Amino acid sequence: MSRETTTSPANATTDVTKLDRVVIRFAGDSGDGMQLTGDRFTSEAAAFGNDLATLPNFPAEIRAPQGTIPGVSSFQVHFADYDILTPGDRPDVLVVMNPAALKSNVADVPHGGILIINTDEFSKRNLTKVGYDANPLEDGSLEPYQVYEVGMSTLTQGALADTGLGKKDAERCKNMFALGLLSWMYHRPTESTERFLAEKFANKPQIAEANLLAFRAGWNYGETTEAFANTYEVAPAKLPQGTYRQITGNNALAYGIVAAGQQSKLPVVLGSYPITPASDILHELSKHKNFNVTTIQAEDEIAGIGAALGAAYGGALGVTSTSGPGVALKSETIGLAVMTELPLLVIDVQRGGPSTGLPTKTEQADLLQAMFGRNGESPVPIVAPCTPGDCFDIALEAVRIALTYRTPVMLLSDGAIANGSEPWLVPDVADLPDLSVEFASEPNAMDGSDEHWPYVRNTDTLAREWAVPGTPGLQHRIGGLEKADNQGHISYDPDNHDRMVRLRQAKIDGIDVPDITVDDPGGNARVLALGWGSSFGPIGAACRRVRNSGMDIAQAHLRHLNPLPANLGRILESYDTVVLPEMNMGQLAMLLRSRYLTDIRSYTKVAGLPFRAAELAEVFTDIINDTEGSGEADHVLTEATE
Amino acid sequence: MSIDLGLPELGGLADVPTASDSDAPQKAKDYKSDQEVRWCPGCGDYIVLNTMQSFLPTLGLKPENIVFVSGIGCSSRFPYYMNTYGMHSIHGRAPAIATGLATSRPDLSVWVITGDGDALSIGGNHLIHALRRNVNFKILLFNNRIYGLTKGQYSPTSQEGMRTKSTPMGSLDHPFNPISLALGAEASFVGRALDSDKKGLTEVLTAAAQHRGSAFVEIYQNCPIFNDGAFDVLKDKDEAARRIIPLRPDEPITFGPENEYGIVRSGFAGLETAKVSEVGIDNVVVHDPTVTDPAYAFALSRIGGQELEHTPTGIFRQINRTTYDDAARAQVAQAAEAKPADLQALLRGNDTWTV
Ligand SMILES: Cc1ncc(C[n+]2csc(CCOP(=O)(O)OP(=O)(O)O)c2C)c(N)n1
Ligand code: SF4
Ligand SMILES: [Mg+2]
Repeated sequence: MSRETTTSPANATTDVTKLDRVVIRFAGDSGDGMQLTGDRFTSEAAAFGNDLATLPNFPAEIRAPQGTIPGVSSFQVHFADYDILTPGDRPDVLVVMNPAALKSNVADVPHGGILIINTDEFSKRNLTKVGYDANPLEDGSLEPYQVYEVGMSTLTQGALADTGLGKKDAERCKNMFALGLLSWMYHRPTESTERFLAEKFANKPQIAEANLLAFRAGWNYGETTEAFANTYEVAPAKLPQGTYRQITGNNALAYGIVAAGQQSKLPVVLGSYPITPASDILHELSKHKNFNVTTIQAEDEIAGIGAALGAAYGGALGVTSTSGPGVALKSETIGLAVMTELPLLVIDVQRGGPSTGLPTKTEQADLLQAMFGRNGESPVPIVAPCTPGDCFDIALEAVRIALTYRTPVMLLSDGAIANGSEPWLVPDVADLPDLSVEFASEPNAMDGSDEHWPYVRNTDTLAREWAVPGTPGLQHRIGGLEKADNQGHISYDPDNHDRMVRLRQAKIDGIDVPDITVDDPGGNARVLALGWGSSFGPIGAACRRVRNSGMDIAQAHLRHLNPLPANLGRILESYDTVVLPEMNMGQLAMLLRSRYLTDIRSYTKVAGLPFRAAELAEVFTDIINDTEGSGEADHVLTEATE
Repeated sequence: MSIDLGLPELGGLADVPTASDSDAPQKAKDYKSDQEVRWCPGCGDYIVLNTMQSFLPTLGLKPENIVFVSGIGCSSRFPYYMNTYGMHSIHGRAPAIATGLATSRPDLSVWVITGDGDALSIGGNHLIHALRRNVNFKILLFNNRIYGLTKGQYSPTSQEGMRTKSTPMGSLDHPFNPISLALGAEASFVGRALDSDKKGLTEVLTAAAQHRGSAFVEIYQNCPIFNDGAFDVLKDKDEAARRIIPLRPDEPITFGPENEYGIVRSGFAGLETAKVSEVGIDNVVVHDPTVTDPAYAFALSRIGGQELEHTPTGIFRQINRTTYDDAARAQVAQAAEAKPADLQALLRGNDTWTV
């Protein structure tokens, strides 16, 4: 981290330190509004022009008992004056609203880091509740940190004394006090938060006013007390030119679906059943019915995909969204979509498993489920976004594959991407791909009769025709039973089944996917760091660190997992070592080993949290030393920007 | 002054294109596909198929606008034999698939074909939710009180104590009464017919097709292989006269060889059978399937029991209720009217900055 300090003219006692990047974590009780606070701070950073990445982390329980460790909710935001790739490994600043938040987060703060603590909650009772024998504010255990003690609850109540709001209601605005204080410390623009509060509480002017007062009180507290020796500035980032907005992965995915509907000129029908962390896709799409989007909240996941498939049969763009447990329920219908060869988009926002697992945490352990989790030979294309913003593009890509090849497509997002946000260069609609499709309108029987044969294939794509009900003369029947090649009648013929199995496989294997590209700035790397999904950020950040220490490493990231890019085998071969970090037990590594008969160094962690860049940088350094280790001195990792 | 209750005033086929005068008149054989029918000889499914094929021309629709969606079971092979569009789907899920199809395509007449196992066991959840939503499709439940396709295990409609392959000592399950179940889910149309009663079945099918919303029709269907004669007591002329209670709108509900029995009110919202000569014809209930309170139709469905002592047939309930698919399309239309589909504006949102 680079820094440079000057004395602020506005406040002679406060120095202004210029930083290139900062990681702030807001932590408090689930009821303390930490997600909102973090979200607002993020918007301020975005409005200021920083690059940023966020990591919300909240309990699966809606309101775990107040003041307890399981009830702690946190939001981490990383903002910088250059393009960053991750929400940051460790917070430089930790804002804690109660003892539970301190206890569960302080270990993540590097020594010398800043703690801003709401002391009002550090009562004997609250300390005992989380197992503190002594008050950490008094026992010296926080000595390694720069501690700022602020009575946020009392200060907020004081600021709101004249509003007529009860003490309890007033106290609830303390998160806005914290936001105000941090906004002051980091020279953030405040208009967007003031506007946001006015809009959010438009129907409750008293509450709007109270939150605004608390926000300003926090700001003024920083400005007027002399408690804070420093404020900090992080300059805007030099990102590619264009118009930006902040976006979460789930919203980008929803917009991608809306865009796919528009670009294919098909009505969109989403069939879905609520499940964390996928529900926001349903919520978001249900707001955009003006784009000819129908959302059906079904009675269960099976019905959700059933409705989507039924709509696809009728000529709509059928979409279903869920998480791993829901995919388990949908498997049989995905198989039916494979058999009937209808286009369908199946979204799996992966979370910690197995079973209910860790509903609000992230994981990449559904890859093999997506790949093989069905009876019979049932190949399905798989794509995965690598950042929140990429969810938009990957949705369009998934729909392109589904419509072109008449197949269900699995889209594997994950909790980190779904809830994480980043600045997004708003695409120009004129640049979006044309996804228009043609329905069958003429008989296609190969015997020259006037019938429709449902399994006559396009010779290039092997896709069958999409003959939708209502088309005169093309009446036909499809279903889950094996069908005769071309003609499409029920067939139990052994040779036909063998042929159809191979045709379905060949169709998926033949899907046109772009080549994978390798990033190796020096061109001398002997180690390739390969990844897929949300580990793109940490892997990229780790590669930067490694390179900044004078070592070479190449990076490549897969967005298409089935079929794999045609050049992947060659690329794997051209490196001495391929290292593949995954938030699972090595699922892609297993697929690549069997497919290419080549070794992969699998690095796995299944902790429910994204990889840390520092951790991967160490792994990569060790592997580089292993690979290049021919008696020379080992490379050492030096401190780096990210 | 009339109050707009938002109820569907249109029939079930209002948005479905009809055949034009220049089209050749339709015949039953126009609805026969070229597939060889593969049910066992004597299976009740044949009669239902024939009835359907002769009934469809009377609707005057274009055949390409008719779709049959089925689950899995002997009965669920039905779509393959119809020269319409069709999907033979997976076990129990046809109502879910039909929900997506009917919601996105108001121009189709959608029929779900299902069995007692398909609809009431594995697919029970989809059935009740389709009925409560009132999606505009017709559900024909072929009830043979057995699992036919898997060769003879008991089903959710088999009698208690029934000995089957999987219950050599007798079934322990208490059966569902499908009509009661559908009414409990607040189905807007509920009817029952016998496979062998072509006239009665055609009447119910006609009304079902015209009904806007989910129409649930239970068809008693004989499986000569695994549960032969399950409904014989309703097919024997004398027994049938004693047991079958024909439901005719606006007529007093009477039955018996001489119409000597009738249905009268009993207890709290209940109904029972009585001798007309004892209660007087004025006390016999006049059938009204449009009664909004499902309690009436439910009471009718409770007459008789698993031994078929009495069996009302015909239309139990036929009420107007907003359909899910109409409402869903109305929302989309309303949203489109309120806000243009400006994709670029959506992608930009309200909070942008420029670099
Ligand atoms: C997921 C699944 N489970 C089980 C089966 C096996 N199975 C096929 S049909 C059937 C029961 C059919 O009974 P019913 O719905 O009454 O139809 P019928 O054959 O009597 O017409 C069963 C259990 C299946 N096809 N799929
Ligand atoms: S097993 Fe029974 S229901 Fe199935 S086809 Fe044969 S007779 Fe019909
Ligand atoms: Mg059956």
